[in-house]
Amino acid sequence: MSVWEVFRRERKGQPLEHAGSVEAPDANFAEAWAREQYGRRGESVALWLVPRDAIRDVEDWADEFDLKYRRVDGYSIKARLKEARERAGTAGPG
Amino acid sequence: MAAVEIPRDEQAFLEYVQGGGQVETTDWMPDDYRAKLIKFIEMHGNSELMGVLPEREWILRAPTLQRKLALTAKVQDEVGHAQLIYRVVEDLGKPREQCLADLVDGKAKFHNVFHYPTLSWGDVGVIAWLVDAAAIISQKALLKCSYAPYARIMKKICWEESFHILHGRDVILAMVTGTPEQFELVQEALDRWWGPLMQFHGNPIPSDEDPMYRWRIKSQGNGEARQQFLDGYVPQIWELGLTVPDPKLRKRDDGDWEFSEPDWDELKHVVTGHGPKTEERLAFRRRFLEQEQWVRDAVLAA
Amino acid sequence: MNEQALLGLADDELVLGWRDSEWTGIAPLLEEDVAFSSIAQNEIGHARAVYSLLSDDPDALAFDRALEEYRCAPLVELHVLEWAHTIARRWLYEVADEIRITTLKDDSDPAVAGLAAKIDREEAYHRMHAEMWHERLRDEPRFEAAVEELWPYALGVLPPELRGELVSRVGLAEVEAIERGTHTEELAPLWEEMTLVRRSAPAGAQW
Repeated sequence: MSVWEVFRRERKGQPLEHAGSVEAPDANFAEAWAREQYGRRGESVALWLVPRDAIRDVEDWADEFDLKYRRVDGYSIKARLKEARERAGTAGPG
Repeated sequence: MAAVEIPRDEQAFLEYVQGGGQVETTDWMPDDYRAKLIKFIEMHGNSELMGVLPEREWILRAPTLQRKLALTAKVQDEVGHAQLIYRVVEDLGKPREQCLADLVDGKAKFHNVFHYPTLSWGDVGVIAWLVDAAAIISQKALLKCSYAPYARIMKKICWEESFHILHGRDVILAMVTGTPEQFELVQEALDRWWGPLMQFHGNPIPSDEDPMYRWRIKSQGNGEARQQFLDGYVPQIWELGLTVPDPKLRKRDDGDWEFSEPDWDELKHVVTGHGPKTEERLAFRRRFLEQEQWVRDAVLAA
Repeated sequence: MNEQALLGLADDELVLGWRDSEWTGIAPLLEEDVAFSSIAQNEIGHARAVYSLLSDDPDALAFDRALEEYRCAPLVELHVLEWAHTIARRWLYEVADEIRITTLKDDSDPAVAGLAAKIDREEAYHRMHAEMWHERLRDEPRFEAAVEELWPYALGVLPPELRGELVSRVGLAEVEAIERGTHTEELAPLWEEMTLVRRSAPAGAQW
């Protein structure tokens, strides 16, 4: 018996999402059982079944140096924008 | 955004979950958190599985094809929930076989309501309507469980439970608008189930003394869940002309419900394996588990 | 197809569906419990659809006839709450039923032909499931024994002119069939339980 991870697509246009897992002896049983657990109410238009062993899990990231320059939260323009508007005479009241 | 690193320190972990932090399967977690989680989730899985037995006999006796189909589908969902739940427990470190073995050996707990007999079709309606309602209140609170895999399956469980309550209410409504004998069947069932229903959410422990709440495994106190149940369902019961067998039951001006103190001794007695049907149902489970070991062996021989 | 034969099909599905639903909660694996329950529901659904062709009140046909009026084959009546026999029965029944449904799809009555086509499409999943288990259990002595034991009953599901096809698909020599028309002892207790709640209220009571 091995674990098969189940991904399901709820409707056309939606991404495949991880839905859960079934334990089964082979692909045929995994399919039969996943169809039931994740589709008997018509709640999925597609399923992907993946043996857990086939999944490469990536969870660690190095974030040692400040890389904010390439993200939105790395920019704070409020103060400079206010100064620029004042200089141009386009600053509003308050 | 830097990835959140779960602190490998029990106090910091506690602050993390109490601040709304979520935990995944491969994250570090304190031993106590893992142990409490397994126990809590395992009890839930056991309850779904044991909940099948009182209803199963009535699938065979359902009085119309539609009711038979609906009840079969409802019970099927419960078995499905057990599967989802035991998978979560297994990924936390306790194999399903061990959970099932502990269950049939009487070493593990399941909810009080599944230790009682079902005596009539009235019970079928009351269980689907009110027992499932009590359960769904707890289940909705678990959507916020700090352990994310469990919170995620609760979403699927709550979605599937939505038809159960409607089915239950439909069964009840058919009977209370049917013959006087059918009405009586419902009232009689309600009289028997009220006690266990009031005990269902457990005795009120102050939140800060409840380890399940401390770890944010549960996000709702027992008393609060009970109040929600009463607030949602007593009006639904009364509007059908049914009575609740508690003379003290009333809603106060401050919005809280007053009721006779549930029998906590009975609750303890029942969940520790001494309910009227506990032994019989566990024996029934054990019999089939043993009878079909060869099937699992055949299936495992890949 | 004549009404009696259609009733036979519906009663087979009703009683087999009832038998299969006995596994709810106690199947050997939880995943299988869920899958098996869908099959039982489909069977009841097929029964209901065929009863609806024959009557405005499918529940009355399902529940309110006298025991002798049911037309189910002995195979489906047997109480076999044991997995080898259960799968053996499922597998044999699916092979036989496919043969029956195929002829029904050519029925001169479009309502019957149309319904047979719908049933056939849903049965594809049942066949896949039965085949899957058959593959897995075929070398188990108790499974082989169960198939042999149920074989005469399986032959009785079909009229004699269709049995040749069943013989070639199952691969067992033809033996004397246990014919449709007489009920086993197992039907009476099943009927008692199936109609217990129904009979507790006057005819026409709503549930």
